[in-house]
Amino acid sequence: MPWIDACALVDIEEEDLVRLDHDGRTYAIYRIWDEEVYCTDGLCTHEKVHLADGLVIDHTIECPKHNGQFDVRSGTAIRSPACEALSTYPARVVDGRVLVEIPST
Amino acid sequence: MDVMRLITFPMERDYSLTGPERQSAFDKGLAGAEWYRTPVNRKVLKSLMKRTDWPATRDIAIWVAVLVGSGAGGILLWGSWWALPFFFVYGVFYASAADSRWHECGHGTAFKTRWKNDAVYELASFLMMRNSVVWRWSHARHHTDTIIVGRDPEISGMRPPQLIVLCLNVFGIVAVPQGLVALARNAAGILPPDEADLIPETERRKAIRVGRIHIALYVLVALVSMWSWSLLPLMIIGLPRAYGIWLLLVMGLPQHLGLAEDVLDYRINSRTVLMNPIQRFIYWNMNYHIEHHMYPMVPYHALPKLHEVVKHDLPAPNPSLWDAWSEIIPCVLRQLRDPRHFIRPQLPEGAGEWEPVQSNLTA
Repeated sequence: MPWIDACALVDIEEEDLVRLDHDGRTYAIYRIWDEEVYCTDGLCTHEKVHLADGLVIDHTIECPKHNGQFDVRSGTAIRSPACEALSTYPARVVDGRVLVEIPST
Repeated sequence: MDVMRLITFPMERDYSLTGPERQSAFDKGLAGAEWYRTPVNRKVLKSLMKRTDWPATRDIAIWVAVLVGSGAGGILLWGSWWALPFFFVYGVFYASAADSRWHECGHGTAFKTRWKNDAVYELASFLMMRNSVVWRWSHARHHTDTIIVGRDPEISGMRPPQLIVLCLNVFGIVAVPQGLVALARNAAGILPPDEADLIPETERRKAIRVGRIHIALYVLVALVSMWSWSLLPLMIIGLPRAYGIWLLLVMGLPQHLGLAEDVLDYRINSRTVLMNPIQRFIYWNMNYHIEHHMYPMVPYHALPKLHEVVKHDLPAPNPSLWDAWSEIIPCVLRQLRDPRHFIRPQLPEGAGEWEPVQSNLTA
């Protein structure tokens, strides 16, 4: 899978996330603290709600519609109604840019 | 004979989750749809969504203190009429206040610490005679498809209104047997079709286990009551769900009662009612109901601030419960003759677009 230049690090506040649409799919890119970044699928596995409107607390993302929670590091669902894990993708910061390794068609 | 048939009542529309209205909701694009939300700046929203343990810790401590104090008073004065005011307070805080604690901790927003939300949620579920698993999924659906017939399992204002049931439920006379039968059914390993429609396979065993725990505890209290030949144990655990629920109906039914079905705009199917601080403490600010549905991640203690942020786009709130019921009662009475009648709130000038999606509007 190719590394994609998703955004500048400063485009994401600490303890927050942004939405990335790429090749017909949507992803969520999280910045926890400084250069600690993660990437997961962008839609909640419960009812396909965009996680980008949700809340990042420590290493969890909370879905804005039903308050289901996932660990952004592993994608594990940690609070119902989220039951299925999110897919996760490698993410890193290079020269102030956030790069993510996501599928490309 | 199915016991539930004795305590269910016919409606004009089929409000079940497995009847023809379910497919109709999908066909109309009402199921799992996009809803209108008043736009809120992300920075502002983040500050409103921020979690903290303190307000809920304080409020739960007060709640428990009132329960212990009034319960102790009722026990000490049992046998005298002086026990009545203590049980009056105990019942309201046991049942009417437990509902809002159940609700907020079910959303996981009351506390920052997850186990605290879960602990209060389980306790309040027991007090309210609700299976904590079933109702977690039921409430998630209520937020997905708010007052969408055939999808929302929590529509309390079905049409035509069942006035006798509403009146009996001021003291839980229908709701308590319904709740106990539902728990007993789960305890027996049965999830009826409406519950099976909500709960994924992976959660069903847990729902059955919770039903068994609740029923075992209620049977234990009933046995203690029989063994001691006293109603007192049941007055402390179980019966308050009946004699203390009246205030929840007064505060909670206005959330949606008399408003539209099958619309995708919380401003049209939900109601915000201004209340005094004591009512808001008991109800944990759920009177800001449009705001809660638009942004369920905002904790109860931040809802007054959210109200200030979005109120320019919302119908004017009812200034009091009296005012809310003054519009609800005539509407409900008219619905006895015309079940399609409902109240259509007036949006302020310049408010965001609302597209009606239902064709049977008669208001």
